[in-house]
Amino acid sequence: MGVVTRGFGGRRPEPERQIPPGQFVTDDFPVLSAGPTPHVDEAHWELTVRAETGEGRTWTWDALMALPAEDVETDIHCVTHWTKLGTTWRGVSLDTLLADVETSAEFVMAHSYGGYTTNLPMQDLLDGQASVAFEFEGEPLEPVHGGPARLLVPHLYFWKSAKWLRGLELMDAEDLGFWEQNGYHAYGDPWLEQRYS
Amino acid sequence: MTWQTGWHVATVVGARPLTDTARELTLAVPGFGGALPGQHVDVRLTAPDGYQATRAYSLATAGVDERVDLVVDEVPDGEVSPYLTHDARPGDQVEVRGPLGGYFVWHDDDPAPVLLVAGGSGVVPFLAMLRARRLSGRRAPFRLVCSVRGPAGAIGRDEIDSPDPGLDVRWVYTREVPPGWPTSPARITPDDLAAPGFGPAEGTDVFVCGPTRFVETAAELLTGLGHPSARVRTERFGGA
Amino acid sequence: MTSPDGPVLDGSALAGLLSEVYSFDATLAVVRCAHCGHTDVLARTTVHLSAMGGVVRCATCTAVLLVVVDRPDGARVSSPGAAWVQAPPRP
Repeated sequence: MGVVTRGFGGRRPEPERQIPPGQFVTDDFPVLSAGPTPHVDEAHWELTVRAETGEGRTWTWDALMALPAEDVETDIHCVTHWTKLGTTWRGVSLDTLLADVETSAEFVMAHSYGGYTTNLPMQDLLDGQASVAFEFEGEPLEPVHGGPARLLVPHLYFWKSAKWLRGLELMDAEDLGFWEQNGYHAYGDPWLEQRYS
Repeated sequence: MTWQTGWHVATVVGARPLTDTARELTLAVPGFGGALPGQHVDVRLTAPDGYQATRAYSLATAGVDERVDLVVDEVPDGEVSPYLTHDARPGDQVEVRGPLGGYFVWHDDDPAPVLLVAGGSGVVPFLAMLRARRLSGRRAPFRLVCSVRGPAGAIGRDEIDSPDPGLDVRWVYTREVPPGWPTSPARITPDDLAAPGFGPAEGTDVFVCGPTRFVETAAELLTGLGHPSARVRTERFGGA
Repeated sequence: MTSPDGPVLDGSALAGLLSEVYSFDATLAVVRCAHCGHTDVLARTTVHLSAMGGVVRCATCTAVLLVVVDRPDGARVSSPGAAWVQAPPRP
């Protein structure tokens, strides 16, 4: 590291607990966008899970709201080095969503309104690790933060928590999503600093 | 134009407040040269803990080797601009990459009339163009339409209002007007943009710079006035 | 941080990052959209820029032309949707 800019970044909060390597704590909520913010109203919103067999299940907004939801408090880690501690969400666990879906797929592609995609291993969506989140800090999730509903997979870098979720495609073979095709890591474990491919 | 790649060390040598929120910063940058009016630089700051942030700023003055003049306007809750407008002082070091962007440039040997449309701090690249025009002694007709919230926030106001042969200025005040101003505050309209000698028929080169929403509004109005899109150059910028 | 709603920018916003990849002024390079055929200088494309990278879209059909990521081992340009990129004429 060469030049250091005196006095820049001096007011950063100290982490209260261990954070992944290369991260800095922020009180803000960084917005990272690969395109325009889609605005989807709940009357037209749908989430489709399509299994590797071709079988699909679709939930409307009302159907999603009818599922048991849970509160989640978690740290989130952005690949751009920002960590936000203790964020609170409310959503439907993927275990609940996928309970009646017949699948042996090992890989998943998350699809967003607006065309964005990101890929994950199936096992990272299960066992309480992921949810479809529709509330943030007690309020309905705003479009700028991925609302009405986004995927929440906080143990991976936050680009994997696909905003404006519209579908989950269950696959037998791994396929790469948008950022993964363009230089980012296929898995994205913040504790191993898996930022780039 | 000198082609430069890579980061140069830049030292703050001057800092001059322009408005309540904007400051002109002068940086000494060995190895930097050949900037044309309208170009910008990337500025990178590195915190003591290693964190880095990079932002683009238009040059307020072109053509001076080894010196970069920037105007930074503070963005509320921004990450970089509050530091540059309040904390940075002579002796502080940042890094600079550039000059960048040969598209949004006025060439002083071009005789065509020039229509400059600025939203807020979007006026900065146009200051470079005005300064270059003055220095070159060229008399290509220039019209600057400057949209600001109020007179207090107008960057470069004294310079813009000082008499300059062949330069027309039109101020658009969107929130607060100066004492004695004949109209109420209003957003930019086609009447602000249309002027004899600066229409499509004269082959006018149009430059629009400012926040995205302003630029898109102005560009649409310009298209409505008949300016071909190929002659309208835009530079939309974000915040922080 | 980008401001909320990820503002749309012009191609010039990527001039600095692209200067790490191309030896010419990228804003004056010409890009052809593989999806719709629209062809124009990169300065006139629309860009969404965040700390993750820059996404360059066709101004006409919004297809993604280029994605620019500043990796620690060197800036990378991926071209999912550019049929070609042509350097500006030599001075």
